Amino acid sequence: MSGLPPYATTGQRAWYYSFRVICGLIFFFLIAPIMVIIPLSFNAQDFFTFTPEMLSFDPAGYSTKHYEDFFTNSDWQLALKNSLKIAPVATLLSVSLGTLAAIGLSQSHVPFRRAIMAILISPMIVPLIISATGMYFFYSNPYIPTPFGKIELPFTLTGTYLGVVLAHAALGIPFVIITVTATLVGFDNSLTRAAANMGAGPVKTFFSVQMPLILPGVVSGGLFAFITSFDEVVVVLFVGSAGQKTLPWQMFTGLREQISPTILAVATILIAVSIALLFVVEMLRRRSERLRGITPS
Amino acid sequence: MSEPVIAADGRPLKASLNRALRRQKLRALALIAPLLIFILVSFVMPIADMLFRSVQNEIVGDTLPRTVVALDGWDAESDDAPGEEVFAALYTDMALAVEYKSHTRLGSRLNYETTGIASLFRKSGRRVSKFDTDVYTEAFQAADPSYADPAQWAEWMADDSIRAKLPVTANTYDDWAKMIIEAEGDVPGEEEPWDFVYTALYTDATNGAQLPVAVDVSDIAPVSLQQQFGDIDDKWLDPNIWRTIKTYAPKYTNGYFLNSVDLMKGASGVEARPENEQIYITLFIRTMIMSLSIMGMCVLLGYPIAWLLANLKDRTANLLMILVLLPFWTSLLVRTSAWKVLLQQQGVINDVLVWIGLVADDNRLELINNQTGTIIAMTHILLPFMILPLYSVMKTIPPSYLRAAKSLGATDWTAFWRVYFPQSVPGIGAGCILVFILAIGYYITPELVGGTKGVFISNRIAYHISSSLNWGLAAALGTILLTIVMVLYWVYDKIVGIDNVKLGG
Repeated sequence: MSGLPPYATTGQRAWYYSFRVICGLIFFFLIAPIMVIIPLSFNAQDFFTFTPEMLSFDPAGYSTKHYEDFFTNSDWQLALKNSLKIAPVATLLSVSLGTLAAIGLSQSHVPFRRAIMAILISPMIVPLIISATGMYFFYSNPYIPTPFGKIELPFTLTGTYLGVVLAHAALGIPFVIITVTATLVGFDNSLTRAAANMGAGPVKTFFSVQMPLILPGVVSGGLFAFITSFDEVVVVLFVGSAGQKTLPWQMFTGLREQISPTILAVATILIAVSIALLFVVEMLRRRSERLRGITPS
Repeated sequence: MSEPVIAADGRPLKASLNRALRRQKLRALALIAPLLIFILVSFVMPIADMLFRSVQNEIVGDTLPRTVVALDGWDAESDDAPGEEVFAALYTDMALAVEYKSHTRLGSRLNYETTGIASLFRKSGRRVSKFDTDVYTEAFQAADPSYADPAQWAEWMADDSIRAKLPVTANTYDDWAKMIIEAEGDVPGEEEPWDFVYTALYTDATNGAQLPVAVDVSDIAPVSLQQQFGDIDDKWLDPNIWRTIKTYAPKYTNGYFLNSVDLMKGASGVEARPENEQIYITLFIRTMIMSLSIMGMCVLLGYPIAWLLANLKDRTANLLMILVLLPFWTSLLVRTSAWKVLLQQQGVINDVLVWIGLVADDNRLELINNQTGTIIAMTHILLPFMILPLYSVMKTIPPSYLRAAKSLGATDWTAFWRVYFPQSVPGIGAGCILVFILAIGYYITPELVGGTKGVFISNRIAYHISSSLNWGLAAALGTILLTIVMVLYWVYDKIVGIDNVKLGG
């Protein structure tokens, strides 16, 4: 539908161009807020607006002092370290369990498939505040209720590294399930049968035949799980303690109490991270499409 | 009857096939099981725990067990405070609760229902050990020194025949001994019982029980516990306080749920809360209206974009898609801080408006810390969740339909409205439910840009968990919110199918 036919009327032409302008404005609305952050993070002043020096492109108006603050301030560094400690472990946990389950779910005869799927996807649907509330109550309680009475644990999970990792892994699982299941839809099961025919055991078949083919889905699911944990703040606020303070947590408290310009520097770094992730996912998607093109299904 | 077909191993083929199928099912379940167990333990059980907390109400019965039993005989409709036996029970319960420091928790719990109870309990907790009941202690110890001997007490209380004669004393002594071990870390056999144990002994004696060492109790002037409590604060003689305790005595309550819809349990059933305490219905309605506005804004802005992306050449569309996916991948806090920076009174948007001359410098727009701020920021955050499902539905509508409609004489508008739009409705539905589900539970963005007027029900839940500590109410509000979301989720599953959720194009 692109392009105007040569016989278009003036009205049609006017609408065609105004429609493009409207779309342009909406794209501007989508992207501008993120992009405005980047130049502002180089502000030499502690302001959140463009100073006259910045507008006249005076080098004195720009500085990297907010970045220096981020890399030298112990609060921010601790938060960064915690984020980098929590997200990969949570991702590993959700990817390993999620991939196995997705393979199980993709087989032809699974009893209660819909119900299981609904339970596994639920962490994505349940509002975060409710997940956080539930986990806060449950993890701070050393009792595990069973039909035979309560089992008392010698520890509680609130305020521990393990508690936050488990909570984040649960939140990341739906993404792994969704992406891996989507990759498995086009998976040709005769390949695993062929491998078995050639004498490969189930483990060997999985790692040398199935895994390379579904890898794009697994990796993009993992990236989703990673970004979920890396970006998550509500649950960590409730389940974690000051020792598990993550980057989003530090940003959240910073934004709530007083806006420090360092937040803009952090935001810019995170934008760079998301651009990188976006390209990886896009590449994986293309690779997966290409692979699926040659896989008979 | 034909012979059953036999498989290579000599079994009937049907049985062999069934066995293979069963094995396949088990293998699939074995692959799913670890994750399912993980999710059940780390996610579903916490949610169930929260749901349970919204009706759980053990604190009154646990803290004041005797009072609750004694209150059974009191008529809540009466205008008089309960009788002496209820106050006697309250005396023992309070004396024990003070040592466990649980009376202040109970006070703040009941304060949610009737204001003033928290301070009443705190005040009474300080004074309950100074009651005049020491006259009983002195009288018993004066009558026979064995009453002052802790070891003798322990011996009596281990003797079943004495226990049977002194039911109130035995029961009180047991809880006293438990408290001495748990709260004080002492040994009951080495501690002289406290005044309230002697009070219990006096009660048994006046009931005609045979004491281990006979004492003539008729000489002791009785101490009215009702009066003792009344001396602390005459609120104790107010039947309203007692009605509240009686109303919240059962282990389970619908009180939190009533509270979350601005109702309360009165003496004569459910009644509305006072006007100035009604906030939750307003908050639920506001959450709904704001989520609907955000959803509407997303349709309005998302539809043209999805249409453009679905109808452009693939190369251009993929390029423009990045503009949708980049915000989708960008951290929520980055986007919220962007809006916080942009929308401030001294922020970029106001600066630009002043510079253009649309707004006077001394009359800058208030775009943040109100509903406008929340709606703008959340529309931006949720817009990709509208565009992506819309796009995937529009991609499947063949462009030839529009051309066919036009060649049959339809105008552009008719062709769009009668042919294209109806086919894109499933996409609108999917996007709307998704955006609405996500919007209704949002916490971070309203908290940061919503001020007091632009917050959602989730902010109130967080407030009750971390500030007011009214966890039962937080759980009840959470349960209501969860129910709304679950109903929408079910609708979404019916319309779209949960396995059809796609991420990132």
